[in-house]
Amino acid sequence: MIELKGIHKSFEEKAVLRGVDLKVEKGESVVVIGGSGSGKSVLLKHIIGLLKPEEGTVTIDSTDISRLDEDGLNELRKKTGMLFQSAALFDSMNVWENVGFGLKRHTSMTDREIKEIAVQKLKLVGLTGVEGLMPSELSGGMKKRVGLARAIAMEPDILLYDEPTTGLDPIMADAINDLIIKMREKLHVTSVAITHDMRSAYKIADTIAMLYNGVIIARGTTDEIKNTSDPVVRQFIEGRSTGPIIIEGIER
Amino acid sequence: MLVRLIEFFGVIIVKPVEGVGRALLLLGSVLKNIFKPPFDIRNIFGQMLEIGVNSLPVVLITAIFTGMVLALQSFTGFKRFGAEGLVGSVVALSMTRELGPVLSALIVTGRAGAAMAAELGTMRVTEQIDALETLATNPVKYLVVPRFLSGTIMLPALAVVTDIVGIIGGYLVTVVWLGASSKAYMRATWDFLKTDDIYSGLIKSCFFGAAFTLISCYKGFYAKGGAEGVGQATTGAVVFSSMTILISDYFLSAWLFK
Repeated sequence: MIELKGIHKSFEEKAVLRGVDLKVEKGESVVVIGGSGSGKSVLLKHIIGLLKPEEGTVTIDSTDISRLDEDGLNELRKKTGMLFQSAALFDSMNVWENVGFGLKRHTSMTDREIKEIAVQKLKLVGLTGVEGLMPSELSGGMKKRVGLARAIAMEPDILLYDEPTTGLDPIMADAINDLIIKMREKLHVTSVAITHDMRSAYKIADTIAMLYNGVIIARGTTDEIKNTSDPVVRQFIEGRSTGPIIIEGIER
Repeated sequence: MLVRLIEFFGVIIVKPVEGVGRALLLLGSVLKNIFKPPFDIRNIFGQMLEIGVNSLPVVLITAIFTGMVLALQSFTGFKRFGAEGLVGSVVALSMTRELGPVLSALIVTGRAGAAMAAELGTMRVTEQIDALETLATNPVKYLVVPRFLSGTIMLPALAVVTDIVGIIGGYLVTVVWLGASSKAYMRATWDFLKTDDIYSGLIKSCFFGAAFTLISCYKGFYAKGGAEGVGQATTGAVVFSSMTILISDYFLSAWLFK
């Protein structure tokens, strides 16, 4: 179980998170929606300890992660996979070396065994015959799949997705959504995704939470969010430029 | 007006102090991680190849021409008061004490330092460094330690090559081209050269190697803001490393040769 309590975080005096509370049950799929620059990525980075909160706690399976030392945090990270928005593949390594990176660092497996597992994981995300290619030879959608294969290589309990469908064409985006659902069904992971793509959110979420002005302003099942009367959430899910949401840099 | 003036000078003072502080924190983290297993031998050898072996051609060319011009200048200059016999000593002492360590460090900074800052900077802005952390890998241990170690080990090796090739360059000009006695040149080289000259040159090289790798990695590691940020990190790495090498060279020389 993941629990964020009263998370505050600011960058150069700009408060991004102002008391975020979010609870994710084991096996649940939570999607956090919010506008660009609303602090969604910042929130996600707190769950894996890439950022530390100024106030508040992040608890994973009853462990407060801010109290962990480097080794403790690394143990936790071995059980958590993250798919980055840009896939963040290591461009000096080929596809299977990327997928097998965690195994190479943290197990005593031989290169042959690692490659075998990498090929299996790649197959799971729908890729075959690409293990020898370099990341620069892959399309955007393929990169995301390789990134996902890398995230699941260590068989994690938690998967974090940073804008999994951003920058992809609608068909590829839907294919990634299907993969996220498949990961949950096959691997029984707890997942947290952040996105502003409502199609994706409706498809992959058990629960949707909206981040606005540094706090979670609404949380509910997909249907509850679809039928909400909250004007801010309504404006966002309907994608209207007019309404209560203040958009930075745009005058009305 | 006064507040703005104070703010202006405040920024000028605070920014560099903050930079030095963060670089020293990075150094602390590097030193802590050097002795912590697992030891990434393959990665270290890869960096040694990149920093040392791949820098050899450009270092060799620089060394031979430096030795040659040093011999040419001192020969024609010393001839005015009949001291041509000292050319070998001048070349040997200049190369081992000063030019070998400093020139090799500056060249490797321009080549490998710039590449390090650009590579780490790109990794930072494309979230590859974050990805390393999510894969339970300390990025300082994985990226900075091998570069720091390789720079500190390979720069003295390159300085030795520079010393030897520079002295050969001096020999070629003095003996082969200007027709001085080979025996006299070699005697002048060995008579005044002490092992201390070579050691102190190598100590300087170790320091320069540590300094340029730390600065270049620091600049790349904390790069911000896309392609422009990577460009600034690369320029900053070369400028600050070169300045550090040249300034510390004076103080190290003053300490080592007092």
